[in-house]
Amino acid sequence: MAEGAVKTGNVDNDGKVRAATRVKDRTWLLKHAILLVGILFMIFPFLWMLATSFKQGAEVYGINLIPREPTWANFTNLLKDTDYLRWYLNSTVVAMVVTASELFFDSMAGYALAKLRFPGRSIILMVILSTLMIPTEMLIIPWYMMFTKAGWIDTLWGVMLPGLISAFGVFLMTQFMSGIPGDLLDAARIDGLNEFGVWWHVALRLVKPALAALAILVFLGNWNAFLWPVIVIESSATRTLPVGLSLFSGGEAGSEWQLIMAAASLAVIPVLMVFAFFQRQIVQGIALTGMKS
Amino acid sequence: MALPLLFFLGVRIYPALLAFNVSLHEWDIMSRARPFVGLDNFRQLAADPVFWKAATNTFWYVAITVPAELALGLAVASLIQSVNKFQGFYRTVYFIPYITSTVAVSWVWRWLYFKNGGILNQLLLAVGLPAQPFLSGPAQALYSIAAVVVWQALGYQVIIFLAGLEMIPPTFKEAAKIDGANAWQIFRRITLPLLNPTIVFLAVLGTISSLQIFAQIMNMTSGGSGQGDLGGPLNSTLSLVVYIYSLAFYKFKMGYASAITVVLFAVILVVTLVQMKVLNRRIEY
Repeated sequence: MAEGAVKTGNVDNDGKVRAATRVKDRTWLLKHAILLVGILFMIFPFLWMLATSFKQGAEVYGINLIPREPTWANFTNLLKDTDYLRWYLNSTVVAMVVTASELFFDSMAGYALAKLRFPGRSIILMVILSTLMIPTEMLIIPWYMMFTKAGWIDTLWGVMLPGLISAFGVFLMTQFMSGIPGDLLDAARIDGLNEFGVWWHVALRLVKPALAALAILVFLGNWNAFLWPVIVIESSATRTLPVGLSLFSGGEAGSEWQLIMAAASLAVIPVLMVFAFFQRQIVQGIALTGMKS
Repeated sequence: MALPLLFFLGVRIYPALLAFNVSLHEWDIMSRARPFVGLDNFRQLAADPVFWKAATNTFWYVAITVPAELALGLAVASLIQSVNKFQGFYRTVYFIPYITSTVAVSWVWRWLYFKNGGILNQLLLAVGLPAQPFLSGPAQALYSIAAVVVWQALGYQVIIFLAGLEMIPPTFKEAAKIDGANAWQIFRRITLPLLNPTIVFLAVLGTISSLQIFAQIMNMTSGGSGQGDLGGPLNSTLSLVVYIYSLAFYKFKMGYASAITVVLFAVILVVTLVQMKVLNRRIEY
């Protein structure tokens, strides 16, 4: 844009162009200043969370960001008095199993719906897409009744089951799979691959960015899920991290803010570290899925 | 293909039909008798002041958070796009709240908002302003929660807006500039109309997610474990989903709670259909 302005400026209004550049410099600074203030709003809560989690006694209520006598006691007490590590493990298992299952089934269904011709294909697609309109809130009561009958209440299986295949994932995969040229798949078939092989060896390779994006969304969604887990989970040993954090903070922690903040820090920091490593892929993945849907 | 289809029939379609069925019964999990009561639950709903309180609150959550998210999201995205350094850094940092657990950040904000000794009130007192009740008073609790919702969703809006902004060909803006348009005119006449699909998408997504607000309320204005009033002081933060949860899982009125989920379903359906209508409309420029 700046080049455009310079190119159109001739000798006569050279001065004008220079003035414009100077104004632009000032707005440039102002823009960065505004964005930096915004960043302060975005990360201050996390800084304050960390600060409180290292404080003790009366200092918890102090307004100093850097603890004067930093202590690990809140973290050690937390790990000693709660099943925190268990909750961590549960959340990891739930998020990983659901993510693996969704990648497998969503992409397989998406491939079949996009690239195979079989009777009832469009009806099946319609049934699956129509479930996108059903909000989870409407299903939790029936799920609770069904899972009670089946004996799945208070099990990780019960937490995971509703998410093992998702309509959104199938839809996303169908969208991306239909972009694959049919010739490529035919070539693989001529080379002797069966349909499973074509899907596994050819189609999946070609939609890798979409798979990565879906994996990120599903993992985050399940890692942070609260509504269904808080209903289906009853005992401390089955809790996922959000449920454990919520029940601990609202009950067992008393009003010990330093303990609650230590628990929140442990929940947040590893996610941020993973994010720091994969931030480019995560951000691009989110943008990718947002555009496609 | 049979397995995914069976899955959707068993885990989505059948339970949805079951929800309709339950909403027509007086269904108490504690008692064996579950008489069919027709539309009685819906009639009772219409006369239930707590339901209307929850519905009004939910309306306000949507009415506050969606415009705020869109305006701030577009403003931040435009700023990021217009600076030519540190774009990736800004994008990443604004996105951080979105990827962190809602339960965790709800407790962090509960601590920031805390009436006696929370940092926000300490800062207010330090500059000579009176302390505010925030979450602990009915006047401000809903707004305090809405602010956190916006804070957490902003990064997502920024990323989607940035993707939308990048799809606008720069030649359009250059042409307008040569024609003598100022920055505001370019934004109003070129950027905004071309961003229309992005704006509709984000508005609908924001509306649906605010209609379903739950975790923030459960963790900021109740015991988290569900002790005491789930909906904050005088039900001032009670949302439809929190009310559904408390009816079904604390009072065991499954039938009555299901009736509210049917209402919520209808509202979300209308929003989705309106979205499809708006998005499918061909726009020519």
